[in-house]
Amino acid sequence: MRFVDEYRRSDLAQAVIGRIRRGSTRKARLMEFCGGHTVAILRHGIRQLLPPTVEMLSGPGCPVCVTDNSDLDKAIALARLPRVILTTFGDMLKVPGSRSSLQEVRAEGADVRTVYSTLDALQVARDNPGRPVVFLGVGFETTAPTVAASVLQASREGINNYHVLSFHKLCPPAIRAILDSGEVDLQGLVCPGHVSAVIGSQPWEFVASEYGIPCVVSGFEPLDILQCIDMLVSQIEKGESRVEIAYRRGVHAEGNQRALELMYEVFEVCPAQWRGLGTVPGSGLRLRKEFAAFDAELAFDFDPGPTLHPKGCICGDILRAVKRPSDCQLFGRVCTPASPVGPCMVSSEGSCAACYQYGDGAAGE
Amino acid sequence: MCLAVPALIKSVEGLEAEVDMGGITRRVSLWLTPEAKVGDYVLLHTGYAINVIDQHEAEETLRLLEEMMAAADAEEEE
Repeated sequence: MRFVDEYRRSDLAQAVIGRIRRGSTRKARLMEFCGGHTVAILRHGIRQLLPPTVEMLSGPGCPVCVTDNSDLDKAIALARLPRVILTTFGDMLKVPGSRSSLQEVRAEGADVRTVYSTLDALQVARDNPGRPVVFLGVGFETTAPTVAASVLQASREGINNYHVLSFHKLCPPAIRAILDSGEVDLQGLVCPGHVSAVIGSQPWEFVASEYGIPCVVSGFEPLDILQCIDMLVSQIEKGESRVEIAYRRGVHAEGNQRALELMYEVFEVCPAQWRGLGTVPGSGLRLRKEFAAFDAELAFDFDPGPTLHPKGCICGDILRAVKRPSDCQLFGRVCTPASPVGPCMVSSEGSCAACYQYGDGAAGE
Repeated sequence: MCLAVPALIKSVEGLEAEVDMGGITRRVSLWLTPEAKVGDYVLLHTGYAINVIDQHEAEETLRLLEEMMAAADAEEEE
């Protein structure tokens, strides 16, 4: 496929790896924020190709993984309400909340449907005018504009049985929370490519200017990631900290203004609960008052019950890059993709699921 | 979750388009990229085109990498 195959050329990859190996003399602990990058790095064996100076750490950029149990419980309680149809992306179904998962309540008779797009969720609402249809909105700045578009579409068409349960989150405040915690020693940030396709590269400037950490926006093919690592290493060697883009075909510095306008027409910024990070100010999106009729939290009366967390699960520490999946005593024994305990083992882009499938790239593998 | 894949726009009708993704045809929304036109490649995320791929920049990136490779080869020969 065009714009994919060219960025997998092994001759070019070898050239970039050679450059990284020759150029890297200083410690370079680099965090890839995005779970999509974690999967690509592990799948293509990129960790094993890097010199000992360069270490890749997986960040919190998996929307499914960072959704807190308290929020999952709300979705599960909503799905249990009579007549409600709950629609969501497939990854959310198996994630365990405090006492159950959407998959389990579906098995008990709840009407939970997997959709590929909010366009499909809207269609479910059109097809079932007598029943409330809730879209469980999970995702970062890449996804939130598509959910905003569905709310605007519903508003225009007068589809009044469509509701959104918004657990959308914003990425830059999460990075600030991680940097402020001082728990992780970082020399560079691999910025998420498709989040940045929407927000641009400008929102990462504070990481470079306030924290002195180089930032490079990366695409998801192996050459994109290697080029990004090379650019980060080059900044680190020169003692610089700037924001650069290694994914220029998909990301402009100013982002997609129309997508941002739609997102902020429908949503406003609020605090959000992140698994592993706790409450992060200014990191969530809730529906604006003008769209209150579409807000599932306001439209329904439901009791999610008290929040519980599974014993022994260290997904929170893994999402902060304080621990690795192999540090977890449940990993691969009690917790597997077939029977996950924590969300990082459920999501296709969770660190634990990726390490389970591809290995963690540690020496000896 | 933030997965987005390149897709080629075959036809446009208002804010909807028919795209080709490696042989698969899909109807997608152009709400977020109303400027997209037939022949453009877009980044497709959950049924929405979130950006038009900049073909010039795509070629430029590959050209840079090829230069890098040529420079490394030349250094080795010296």
